[in-house]
Amino acid sequence: MIPELGQFSLILAFCLSVLLGTLPLIGASRNHLLWMNLCRPLTAGVFVFLGISISILAYAFATDDFSVQFVAQHSNTLLPIQYKLTAVWGGHEGSFLLWTFMLGGWMLAVSVFSKSMPIDFVARVLGVLGILCAAYILFMLATSNPFDRIVPLPPADGADLNSALQDFGFIIHPPTLYMGYVGFSVVFAFAIAALLSGRLDAAWARWSRPWANVAWAILTIGIALGSWWAYYELGWGGWWAWDPVENPPLITWLFGTALIHSLAVTEKRGIFKSWTVLLAILAFSGSLLGTFITRSGLLTSVHAFASDPTRGFFILVILGVAVGGSLLLFALRAPMMKSEARFDLVSREVLILGNNVLLVVAAASVFLGTLFPMVYQAITDDLISIGPPYFNAIFVPLMILLVLLLAVGPLCRWKRTSIAYLSRQLGKVVLASLALGVLIPLVVLLEFSLAATVSVALAAWISLSLLGDLANKTANKSSRAKALKALPLSYYGMQIAHLGAAVMLIGIGLTSAFSYEKSVLLSPGQSIDLGNYVFMFNGSTAVTGPNYVGNEADISVSKNDRPIGNLKPQRRLYLASGTPSTEMAIDAGFFRDLFVTLGEEKESGAWSMTIYVKPFIRWIWLGAIFMAFGGVIAAGDKRYRRLRKRELERAATELSGELQTAS
Amino acid sequence: MSKLKYYIPVISFFALALVLWRGLYLDPKELPSMLIDKPMPPFALTTVAGSEVANEDLPDQIFLLNVWGSYCLPCLIEHPTLMRLSEEGDIPVVGVNYRDRQDLAVDWLEDNGNPFAFSILDEDGRFGIDLGVYGAPETYLVDENGVIRFRHVSVLDESVWEEEFVPAIAELRGESFGNE
Amino acid sequence: MELHRRKRLGIILFITAGLSVAIGLTLYALSQNIDLFFTPTQIAAGEVQAGQRIRVGGMVKEGSFVSAEDSLKVSFAATDYANDVTIYYEGILPDLFREGQGVVVEGAIDAAGLFQASRVLAKHDENYMSVEVKAALDAAGATAENHTSLAEN
Repeated sequence: MIPELGQFSLILAFCLSVLLGTLPLIGASRNHLLWMNLCRPLTAGVFVFLGISISILAYAFATDDFSVQFVAQHSNTLLPIQYKLTAVWGGHEGSFLLWTFMLGGWMLAVSVFSKSMPIDFVARVLGVLGILCAAYILFMLATSNPFDRIVPLPPADGADLNSALQDFGFIIHPPTLYMGYVGFSVVFAFAIAALLSGRLDAAWARWSRPWANVAWAILTIGIALGSWWAYYELGWGGWWAWDPVENPPLITWLFGTALIHSLAVTEKRGIFKSWTVLLAILAFSGSLLGTFITRSGLLTSVHAFASDPTRGFFILVILGVAVGGSLLLFALRAPMMKSEARFDLVSREVLILGNNVLLVVAAASVFLGTLFPMVYQAITDDLISIGPPYFNAIFVPLMILLVLLLAVGPLCRWKRTSIAYLSRQLGKVVLASLALGVLIPLVVLLEFSLAATVSVALAAWISLSLLGDLANKTANKSSRAKALKALPLSYYGMQIAHLGAAVMLIGIGLTSAFSYEKSVLLSPGQSIDLGNYVFMFNGSTAVTGPNYVGNEADISVSKNDRPIGNLKPQRRLYLASGTPSTEMAIDAGFFRDLFVTLGEEKESGAWSMTIYVKPFIRWIWLGAIFMAFGGVIAAGDKRYRRLRKRELERAATELSGELQTAS
Repeated sequence: MSKLKYYIPVISFFALALVLWRGLYLDPKELPSMLIDKPMPPFALTTVAGSEVANEDLPDQIFLLNVWGSYCLPCLIEHPTLMRLSEEGDIPVVGVNYRDRQDLAVDWLEDNGNPFAFSILDEDGRFGIDLGVYGAPETYLVDENGVIRFRHVSVLDESVWEEEFVPAIAELRGESFGNE
Repeated sequence: MELHRRKRLGIILFITAGLSVAIGLTLYALSQNIDLFFTPTQIAAGEVQAGQRIRVGGMVKEGSFVSAEDSLKVSFAATDYANDVTIYYEGILPDLFREGQGVVVEGAIDAAGLFQASRVLAKHDENYMSVEVKAALDAAGATAENHTSLAEN
C-alpha cells in the first residue's frame, strides 16, 4: 500500500508540474497577474509531492520491501542501513527520481529567492522548469517507475547493491553531481524566460549570474567527488579516465565555465548577449545529454545503467523538444539582441572571448571523442574506441592556452587596456614563473620533468599575477587593510577560483610526472622499494563483514628507515551477488598518497598486489574546492541584491502600467 | 544572411539528434525476440545417424532441444548434465547438430557419449536460423504440443538446470495437469 | 568606423585561426588514437598485423586460465566460440574477470605471434555484456548471453 502512495504522489507532482508549465506561462504572456502568481504555490506543491515520493522509496528500502522491484534489485537484508538508503540512487529508476527531486529543490529555491525579480519573469522561469519537471516525471511513470511491484510472489531477499557502490563516495557523489547538473536547468530557464519575454537587456544576465555561479560550483564539487571516488574505489591509480560517462559532466562544466565568464561580460557591458544565451542552452544540453548517454546504454562504460532503447528514445524526445525548441526560439529571437558597446583588441572583453572560444572548443573535442566511436560504427559498422591519448593530446594544449589567458584577464580593464601597462605588470611575473617552474620540482622532488615544470610555471603565473593585481588595486589607498575590505566579494570569488586552477594544475602536473606504480607478487616477509618508500608485506588474515567475507593484507611502509604506517588492503567477496571486490588501502597525505590494492593469493601464500605512490594528487581536488568556494563567494556579492531592488521597483511600475493599459 | 547564422545551432543540433537516434538502435544488446510460445518451425531433415526426421518424429511429451556442435567447446562442459538427464530418462533430449559435419558429429558422439534420443543434422544452419539460434550451445524447452516454451543461451550446467529448467518444467507440467 | 571595422576583422581572424588550429589538432589526434576492434575469428584469419594496437573482445574460455605461481604472468583464451585467441598478460586482473564471462583486451601481437595484452577490461555485470564482446560473438554467429528466464518472457 505504501509504495502505491509514493506512486500516487508522483502522479500528483506530475499534475501540478503540468499546471505549473502552463498557467503561469499563459499568465505571463497575457499579463494575467493571478495566473502568474500561481507559480510559487504550484512549485511548492511539486516539491512537496516529489519529496513524499522519494521518502517513500527510501522507506521501502529501509523496511526491505522486496515486493517493490527496484528495491529487490538493488538491496538486500544484509545491506547496512546507510547503503539501503543510498541504494535509492543505486539504479536507474531511483536515481532519476532523485534527479527530478533535485530539480524540484532548485525550483523551490528560485521561487523563494526571487522576491526581487518581476513576477512575470519568475512566472516564466518557473513555468519553463515546470515543463521540464513534467517531462521527467512522465518519463519515469512511462518507462522507469521505481514503485513497480513484483506480483504475485515477491522474492524473500533482494539482489544486493553493486559492491562498488557500497561506499561513502557513492553516498555523496551522485546527489552532488545531479544537483550541479540540474542547477544549469535553472540558468537555462532564465535564458528561455528572457527570450520569451523579449526582455533582452542585461537584467536577466544579472539575475541569472548568482544561480549560474552556484550551479557551477556544485557541479565542480560533483565532478571532483566523482574523480575522488573513482580514484579510491576503482583502485586503478588514476583520477580521470575519460570514460564516456565521466565526459558529459565535464562537457557541461566546460560550457558552464564559459557561461559564467560570458555572463559577466553581458552583465557589465551589455554585449555578447546572444552568445551568452546560447551558452546557457548548451550547458543545459550537456546535462541532458549526460543523462541520455548514461541511461540509454548508448555508450558502454563502467557506470552505465542497464541499457534500454525505449528509455533512450524517450530522453531523446525530451532532448529534442527542450534543446531543439529552445535553439529554434533562439534563432527567432536572438537577432533582436543588439550589442552597442565597443571594445578594443586588448581588453577584458577580448580575453574573455578567448576564454570562451577555448572552453567551447575543448568541450566540443571531448564531445567528439565521446561520440565518435558511435558515429564511426554507424557509418562503417566497425567498432573502435578512442583512448585517453586523444583526449590528452587535445585537452592539454587547450588548457595551457587557457591558463595563459587566465592570468592576464583579471589585469585587463573593460573596453581597452594599454599594452604598456600589461607588460609592466607581467614582465617580472613571466620571469619569476619560469624560474619557479624549473626550481620547485627540482628542489622538492629532486627530479626534472617537463610536465612538472610547465604546470608549476603556469600555477606561478596565475598566483603571481593575482598577487600583483591585488597589490596594484590596494596601492593608492591610505590603508591596505581598508582597501582590501573595500574590494567586492565577486572580485575575491574570481581570484579564489583562479587560485583553485593554480592548485589543481600543480596537482595534475606533479602527479602525472612523479607517480610510481608497480604490480608485484610478495610473500609474507618480503618487501619492495618504490619511489623512496619501502613496502613490507607482513602477511594476511581472514576478515568477515556484514555482507561479505575476505582477506586483509598487512603492509608496513617506511621511508629512510622511519616507519610511516601500515596499509591494510582487503579483497572481499560479496555474499549476495558473489562478486569479488578489492578495497584499496590509502595512506593519504597533503604531499603524497601511498596506496595498495590486493590481487589474488597464490598457493605459496604469496599475494599479488599493486603499489602506488602518488605525489600531490590531493591538490587536484583541493583546487576544485577552491574553485567551488570562489563560485559561491562571487554569488554572494551584495551588488546583486542591491541592484535587483532598484530594478524591481522599475519593473513593478512598468508592469502595473502595462496591466492598466491591458485592462 | 546575418539572420541565418542564428539557425546554425538548431540545425546542427537536429543533425546530432539524428545520429543519436540512429545510435540508439545500433547495438541491440538484447537477444532478438525468439520463438517463445510459438510452435517449432517445420523441418524435414536427416539425423546425424542418417535416418529421415520431421516434426512428427519429435517426442509427444515435454523435451529438451539442445543445439550442439563438435567444434563447440562449451558443449563439452554441459555434456555431463545432458548425459545424466538422458540416463535418468525423465525428460528426453533431442539434439540439433548445428553447422557441423556429419562425420565429425558422429565421431564426437562416439568419443563423448550420446545423450540424445536423436540429433537433427543441420549442416547449413537453415533450421538454426528458423529456430533463431544464436550459436551453440543453446537449449530449448519444448512442450508436448511442440511449442517452444523456454530458451537458455549458453552452457546448461547443473546450476542452470536446477535454477531455471526444473521450475520451468514443473510449471509446464502443472499447466498440462490443470488442463486435463 | 574604419577603426571599428578593423578591430572586428581582427577578432574574426583571431577566432578563425584559433578554430582551424583546434580542428586540425583534433582531427590529427583522433586519427592517431583510434583503436580498432577485432574478433578472435578475425585474428585467427590473420587480419591483424604484428605491432598494431588493437582491442579484442570475447568470452574467457572455461578452463583456459593459467597463472604463474611465482610471477604475475597469466594467460587465457578469449573465444567467440568459433575461434580462440590466447592472451598473455602480466599484472593483476580486474575484479570481475572470470572464466565464462566477457572480456575486452587491449594490446598487440608481438613478433612471435603472441597476443600481449597491455590492459584487460572486464566491464560487465550480471545484466550487461560489453558491446565489444557481443559484437565478437555475433560476428562468429555464437553467443553466451546471460540466462533468459521464463518469468521475463
